[in-house]
Amino acid sequence: MMQAATLAQSKPATAASSQPLMSVRGLGIRFKTAQGVWQATRKIDFDIAPGERVGIVGESGCGKTITGLSILRLLPNNLAGIDGSIMLGETDLASCSTRSMRAIRGKRVAMIFQEPMSALDPVFTVGHQIAEALLIHTQISKDEAREKTIDMLRRVGIASPERRIDDYPHQLSGGMRQRVMIAAALICGPQLLIADEPTTALDVTVQAQILELLRDLSVTSQTALMLITHDLGVVAETCTRMITMYAGEVIEDAPTDAALVRPLHPYTSGLLQSLPHLSPRRGKLSSIPGRVPSITEMPNGCRFKARCAFAAPGCDAEQELRDAGHGRKVRCWRFKDLDLPGALQHAASSPAAEMVVQR
Amino acid sequence: MTSAPATETHRDTIVSVRDLEVRFPTLDRRATVKAVDGVNFDVRRGETFGIIGESGSGKTTIGRALVFLQRPTAGAILHNGIDPQSLPRARFQSHRRDYQIIFQDPNAALNPRMSIIASVLEPLELARAGTREERIARAREAMDRVGLPQEICERYPHQLSGGQKQRVLIARALTLRPKLIVCDEVVAALDMSIRGDVLNLFAELQRDLGLTYVFITHDLSVVSHISDRVAVMYLGRFVELGPTEQVSGRPMHPYTQALLSAEPLPLPSTMRSDKRIILEGEIPSPINPPSGCRFRTRCRYAQNLCAEKTPEWRELAADHWVACHFADRPNFSPNDVTAHQERTTT
Ligand SMILES: Nc1ncnc2c1ncn2[C@@H]1O[C@H](COP(=O)(O)OP(=O)(O)OP(=O)(O)O)[C@@H](O)[C@H]1O
Ligand SMILES: Nc1ncnc2c1ncn2[C@@H]1O[C@H](COP(=O)(O)OP(=O)(O)OP(=O)(O)O)[C@@H](O)[C@H]1O
Ligand code: SF4
Ligand code: SF4
Ligand SMILES: [Mg+2]
Ligand SMILES: [Mg+2]
Repeated sequence: MMQAATLAQSKPATAASSQPLMSVRGLGIRFKTAQGVWQATRKIDFDIAPGERVGIVGESGCGKTITGLSILRLLPNNLAGIDGSIMLGETDLASCSTRSMRAIRGKRVAMIFQEPMSALDPVFTVGHQIAEALLIHTQISKDEAREKTIDMLRRVGIASPERRIDDYPHQLSGGMRQRVMIAAALICGPQLLIADEPTTALDVTVQAQILELLRDLSVTSQTALMLITHDLGVVAETCTRMITMYAGEVIEDAPTDAALVRPLHPYTSGLLQSLPHLSPRRGKLSSIPGRVPSITEMPNGCRFKARCAFAAPGCDAEQELRDAGHGRKVRCWRFKDLDLPGALQHAASSPAAEMVVQR
Repeated sequence: MTSAPATETHRDTIVSVRDLEVRFPTLDRRATVKAVDGVNFDVRRGETFGIIGESGSGKTTIGRALVFLQRPTAGAILHNGIDPQSLPRARFQSHRRDYQIIFQDPNAALNPRMSIIASVLEPLELARAGTREERIARAREAMDRVGLPQEICERYPHQLSGGQKQRVLIARALTLRPKLIVCDEVVAALDMSIRGDVLNLFAELQRDLGLTYVFITHDLSVVSHISDRVAVMYLGRFVELGPTEQVSGRPMHPYTQALLSAEPLPLPSTMRSDKRIILEGEIPSPINPPSGCRFRTRCRYAQNLCAEKTPEWRELAADHWVACHFADRPNFSPNDVTAHQERTTT
């Protein structure tokens, strides 16, 4: 298999040079619950350029999955409403008809999930499930579809695809199932692949294979990747841009290297500081005090202020995502005054440095 | 089977594991799973002994055996040279309290219908330790120790955060004043921003109470941060064991090398090296593991010998043990460029 670790470093597709593939503005998701209507996410703005690999990071419950699902309008039944727009070319995915959505889903935008087993139907062969999208969206014969499916299985690294195509999901290992999901997602050549924690359930050695595959495929087929994960390492190795979410909002958006070296938001910096990779061995680890406010008790103004070491009276004002130059955005009015530590602060004395040396 | 003792018994050994084997019948009872297959190690008093390995490699099974929740199929677990299971029942029961285990999922481990204080008290009640007042005092002391405010005593698990629930479980294990605690993926379910807090707490308790930990995880960054020594497991066996700096800085076993290289690092591209070892395939089934060296189906250095003969468990550097026929050959290292080039072109 090809060595692709360097690919993460290849030039990011600069949003300025080309029209974005997808443009999300003011996206917000509301749910009906027994306690009334919950605003799960709000004011989400970001763009994805054609072929770009963007990581969406943040802790449990910050709204990553909901944001991914809203793009395909696969939201839970108790949805109360979607605010804002999700422009894919001329189509607003937030408001287009169910019929146009169906034509887009699986064809122009595809999604894979953490648990490939729950997304695959146990009673159909993997070949059937991969070819399905092809038969729905294109006018090709069954034989052609089968041939294309075998080809796709080979591209995602499945050995003897001619035989594997007739296997049932339970006959495959976890890593192979995730490859099958990727094959099914990519069979119609989508412009955007949304991957929600695609490797969280896999072992690290298999995770490395799948991430390499995603990087490779995104480069060779020019498919943009929106990779949802809570693992900053996965983003660093796979994506050119990193979008950090906190409590239902996007709080930082920057080229990955820039965000890692010099984060502009105190939360991003706190996350990087708390990683054991980057702390001196056996030294005290830092952590962010307090916890994420729950949906029902969101504070006014900056949502991070109760945990922020830099909070000042001005933080009670509503925070907008500000342009910070160099293709960066941050939701913190104090960003210019703060000189926040990133991933490099302790790196030299940390286990991560050893790992780098030994590679 | 290699049966040479893992290490000569260290003066400060608290537990010695000798030729440990644990087998399980498969669901249909037609075959057996060799979950742990001939493992040797000592845990030293006051240290943190890390065990790392991928899913199904046998880490939890070893942890459960260490605290007598799992009976070995063969081999022995000795405490100060004796097998506690040979003690009279009452003495065994009081002895086993010195060895506690904390599991991964704080939600599954706490009874949702029990108040926090009742959960913390439960082990003391079961052990009938002291009077009711003394037990409550000890439970409160343990909660204090882990930094839980007294006002949460009457709350229920769903009213606590993940980090607080994990602290409750630690307090619960501490009430019996154990000597050794097996920590099985104790931070895996916690959010990154609070993991540091819980890991700091473990380190602080160790310092203050002289605890010994066996720290089980699949997260390399966690194990290399917290452990003094680390063992790497693959398919029921240890493949490497040594001081953490040695194992993560100069890994000798090809599997350890691949594992370290697969770890995604949150570093900018300029600090990452593009030399990485991507293993093919996945862990074979423990029902029918490969003959000889179990790693041979994925090892880029495998030779005929590897299929024929189980590699011996050898001390190739001070306190650094490896099970690989060729680990002591020159040029056998992750920096071996030829091996990388071979991989790049295939
Ligand atoms: N059907 C629903 N009804 C009400 N609230 C919901 C529903 N689904 C999700 N939420 C809430 O929306 C918020 C965002 O959830 P989401 O699943 O997007 O989080 P996430 O960032 O993907 O977290 P994780 O890392 O745990 O997967 C959470 O607070 C969640 O509780
Ligand atoms: N009670 C049991 N009955 C049958 N098989 C079992 C039992 N417990 C464990 N096993 C099997 O033994 C092997 C080792 O399991 P173990 O739970 O020790 O692995 P592990 O290293 O802790 O994995 P993980 O990282 O997924 O927790 C696995 O193949 C598992 O399926
Ligand atoms: S707006 Fe204020 S509280 Fe929020 S992150 Fe910036 S400095 Fe901290
Ligand atoms: S014994 Fe052979 S197969 Fe096993 S790790 Fe060493 S070289 Fe590889
Ligand atoms: Mg999610
Ligand atoms: Mg386990």
